[in-house]
Formats: sequence, C-alpha cells, structure tokens
Amino acid sequence: MIKLFKVKEKQRELAENSNGKPPVKKQSAGELRLHKDISELNLPKTCSISFPNGKDDLMNFEVTIRPDDGYYLGGTFTFTFQISSIYPHEAPKVKCKTKVYHPNIDLDGNVCLNILREDWKPVLNINTIIYGLYHLFTEPNHEDPLNREAAAVLRDNPKMFESNVRRAMAGGYVGQTFFTRCI
Amino acid sequence: MAGSRSRDLDKLLLRPGHLVGPAFEPGTQLRDDLEEYVRILVVGAGGLGCELLKDLALSGFRNLEVIDMDTIEVSNLNRQFLFRLEDVGEPKAQVAAKRVMERVSGVNIVPHFCRIEDKELHFYSQFSIIVLGLDSIEARSYINSVACGFLEYDSNDEPLEETVKPMVDGGTEGFKGHARVILPGMTPCFECTIWLFPPQVKFPLCTLAETPRTAAHCIEYAHLIKWDEVHSGKSFDPDNPEHMQWVYSEASKRAQLFGIPGVTYTLTQGVVKNIIPAIASTNAIISAACALETLKIASGCSKTLSNYLTYNGVEGLHTKVTEFVKDKDCLVCGPGVFMELETSVTLKMFIDQLEEHPQLLMSGASVRFGGKNLYMAAPPLLEEMTRSNLGLPLFELMDKSPTGIVHVTGTAGKGDKRQSCLRKLRVAFKAVGITDTDMAGGA
Repeated sequence: MIKLFKVKEKQRELAENSNGKPPVKKQSAGELRLHKDISELNLPKTCSISFPNGKDDLMNFEVTIRPDDGYYLGGTFTFTFQISSIYPHEAPKVKCKTKVYHPNIDLDGNVCLNILREDWKPVLNINTIIYGLYHLFTEPNHEDPLNREAAAVLRDNPKMFESNVRRAMAGGYVGQTFFTRCI
Repeated sequence: MAGSRSRDLDKLLLRPGHLVGPAFEPGTQLRDDLEEYVRILVVGAGGLGCELLKDLALSGFRNLEVIDMDTIEVSNLNRQFLFRLEDVGEPKAQVAAKRVMERVSGVNIVPHFCRIEDKELHFYSQFSIIVLGLDSIEARSYINSVACGFLEYDSNDEPLEETVKPMVDGGTEGFKGHARVILPGMTPCFECTIWLFPPQVKFPLCTLAETPRTAAHCIEYAHLIKWDEVHSGKSFDPDNPEHMQWVYSEASKRAQLFGIPGVTYTLTQGVVKNIIPAIASTNAIISAACALETLKIASGCSKTLSNYLTYNGVEGLHTKVTEFVKDKDCLVCGPGVFMELETSVTLKMFIDQLEEHPQLLMSGASVRFGGKNLYMAAPPLLEEMTRSNLGLPLFELMDKSPTGIVHVTGTAGKGDKRQSCLRKLRVAFKAVGITDTDMAGGA
C-alpha cells in the first residue's frame, strides 16, 4: 500500500491544519446494541425505567420495581444500571439503591442474580435482567444468601420473615439495622 | 542509508520474488519511500509495545508515534526492557520513545502520554497503519471503531481503498498469543469476531459471601463486598497500593477463617486486576509477527497473514493461522444499507420509508445518529422525549451533513421470519454538496 501511503502523506502535508469534516462522536458497538435493547423493552406494569442523564445517555439508567405480589407487595425498589462499552460481552453492573431486607440483596445494594455474573450470556438482554430482578421480589430464595440473617429467617420462620419485611418497608429497625420507608 | 543495518531488509525490498504482494515494486525507491512516507502509530508501550517499537524501528520505519496512559512500575522491569529502575514513575510512552531513538539512529518517535480517548479522530487519521499492543478488549474495541470510522464504500458496497486504515493487532496472555491483520472492509474487524474472546470468569456473589472455596473467592469477597461495607461511597481504585493492601489483608483474614490456603499479595493483584503473568518471550514472538505484517502491508514484499495467527507455547509449540470471515452486517465495518433522500424528508417520512425499503422492511423503527437518539419507539418515557423530532427534516437532525451513518432498530423481514434487528444505514442527501469532492465517495 506504499503508493497509497505516499499519496496520502503528500496530501496530508498540504492539508495540514485545514481540517475538513466536523468530528462525529464515536459510538461504541456496546451503545448500539444497548439502543436495540432499550427500544425493544417490554416491561411489566410493575417495572419502570428512567434516564437521569437525559435521552442520549442510555449507558446509565435506573429501573424501579413495585412488586404486585409476595412479601414485597407495596414496596418501591430502585436499581442503578451501568453498561460498559463492550456490552453485551460484559454484563451490566446492577446495584439496588433502596436499602432492602432481602436474602439475595445485601445492605450495600449488591444483588445475587446468576445472570448478572456467572450465567451472563451475550444473547441475554436488559429485559431479561429486569424480569430476573422482579422475580427476586416475588420469589426470594434462601439458598443463595447475600444477607445471611434474612436468608436464615426466611428458611426457618417464613411468618417472621414476612413481618420483618413489612417492618423494613414501613421504615424501621430489623435487628440492629435501620431501613428507610419504601412504601 | 545502505549500511549493515538494512542488509537483511534489502533482501526483502530490493529483489523481485514470486510470493510477493500484488503491487510490489522492489528497489531502493521502495526502501526510501518506506522511510519517508509511512507513519505508524503504536498503541500501548507495555510488554508488547516496547518490543513493537524496537522491531518497527529496526525494520526501517522512521516515523513512529506511541500512545500510552501508564507510568512505569517496578513490576514492569522484567520484560519491558526499554525501562530501568530510575524510570519508575515516568510515562511509559516518553521513556520508550527516548530509549529506542538513542539506540536506533534515524528513527523519530513521538510519544503521547494520554488516554486513547483523549485524542481527536483527526489524530488517528494521519497514520498509515495502526499497530496495537494492548491488554484490554475495551481499548481494542475503541481503536477498531475509530479506524473503521474512516472507511467509506462506493455505490457497489465495495470499500474505497484510500479510506482503509490497516490495523495489526497483537495480544499475549502468558504463553499464549495472537497476531492479526485487520484491513477494515476487506478482512474481519475486531467487532466481527468479538465472540472469539472467552467470557470473563465471574463468581456468584453469594458463593463469595457464604461458601468461599478458593483463594480467589476470598479476594473477590474483600474486593467486591467487604470494600463497600467498610468504605461507604468511596470507590475502589485498583491502581492505589493502599487499596490493594487493604483488600489483601481482608482476603487473608477471610482465608484464615475458612481454612483456605494461597492468598498472596501478587494473587490479590492478579485476581482484582485480572492479570495473567506476562512472558517476555511470548511478547517477543508476537511482536515480531506484528512488525513483519506491518512491513508486508506497507511494502507489499509478501502477501499478508490472512488473517489471524494464534501461538501457543504452553506445551511444546503450536501456531496456526485461521482465516476468519467478515460479518457482512457488522455494525462497525460493514457497508450498511444505502439510502438516498431528499433534504425535505422528515424523520417520520424516513421511518415510514424503512417499511417499504426492500432490503429492510422494517417497522416500528428507532433511529440513532452520532450518539443521539433521534427517535425511540419505546419505552414510553423516551418515546415522549423524542416524539417532537418526528416532524423535523432528517437533514437538519443530521447537522446538515450531506452523508452520514444512521443506526435503526425495529422489526424486520417477511412473514414468519420477522424478527427484531439493528441495522446500519448509509444516508446521502440529494442535491447537497454535489461540488463537494467528499461526495464522490459517500454517494
């Protein structure tokens, strides 16, 4: 390609500083794929999505879930999503912003959901994750504990678990931990 | 300069042969032209980057530039042979450039101590060939999108040769490595074959929290869970030695609690930063292959590698070249579907036309241009925020540029085969910039 390089190099020397086209913002392949995921979202009534940085930043958003069934009926829980530029090669980073008494979500908002980590596959999408999160509220499970105390109570005494969840959601203490109201 | 240094090179550049590339013209003119007119950017001045700069300089290239955002650390010195103990803390790009210029007369290397994203696109456009010595998928993906962004197609969807920005990508992990040649529009780009990269190993959080079984589990517990618990709001910085030390000591405590052996400071760094021990000889072999391919692309003295070489030195030695194929619908390097429009066409009319377009048959489309969402069919919140654009001319929404790349998502295809898809479109507006020479390529 030397001839081509030679021609281009001569042109470049001539055109030095006469910058032609305006710069176009570079889009990552991750952003494009996310654009597809977002434009195809089909959320249940109990879930909503918002974009704190406006309509052009899809890489950071929040999902709010209001369970219509189970222990967490009536509560409102918000999750933050951070998407990497190599999405879907890498799973979104998801954290729960609302402090919640839950066996699979710890008090710092870490979420134990298999498709967010070990079972993530590029064929999955944002919709799948949101359904997965919703499922955590209708079917909390004590077998993958991230909040060990909550998991033990759910396993040994579901009645007590239920009343602990109600107390936490109403705003109050469960053991030593204070939860802000989220109903 | 026909001294002893170019003796071996001369055998490749001055003599004809029957295994040469299509436009090969041997002679001293070729050697001089390579020195004068070829400008090469080396991305990364680490293990591979040091080797690449040395190899390219000794292969007769005179105009090199190198970009790297890192500074030299003690742990680099075993293989990043251009650096010395007194260089610790200095920018890698600057020291590497200086050292190679001291040793190889006539070569000029311009260092850039910054992030690759900090440079304007114009910076990347000035190089003949971009050579990559990187260790992350993100950085490769970024450079790939920049290089493919220069590519233009003619009306027959054939790439215009003068817009092809060749890349040579090297990569190593311990005893394994790869070297590949990417000629955007002609051979698969990085994004066409991103599936080649194995998924990252991620442990379930609940395993880390409840049932750690390995040293890595203990380290990830300290890194991902314990850190947040103790340092509320302060984010972990893998390049801060105090942070790393903290994670190491917490991981050790946890390992002791569960009776798990093997947590060391080095392993902690390895797990947290995803480091695989680098082997100097692997870097040397991969770099040599990359430098040779660079010389072949520039001079035509031989046909280039087609297109992906893998090297494995774990047990014995195994190398293989695989010819991967392009993804014809690649969103990054593919031609996309060509559409010619009147400047008066509104966004709504454009979306309606997508339904009729024989190559698309796309309904319910969402439209994106240059990082902006022009229209989003869903979710309702974004639909509402973008609805007002529907009545505006697309030409104006595309900043009155005579040509441009637009991405659309919607449901496409016929009958039972209808499915959601994401497509790239090459849009040109009629009767704009006819006199503009740029138009010849774009339309």
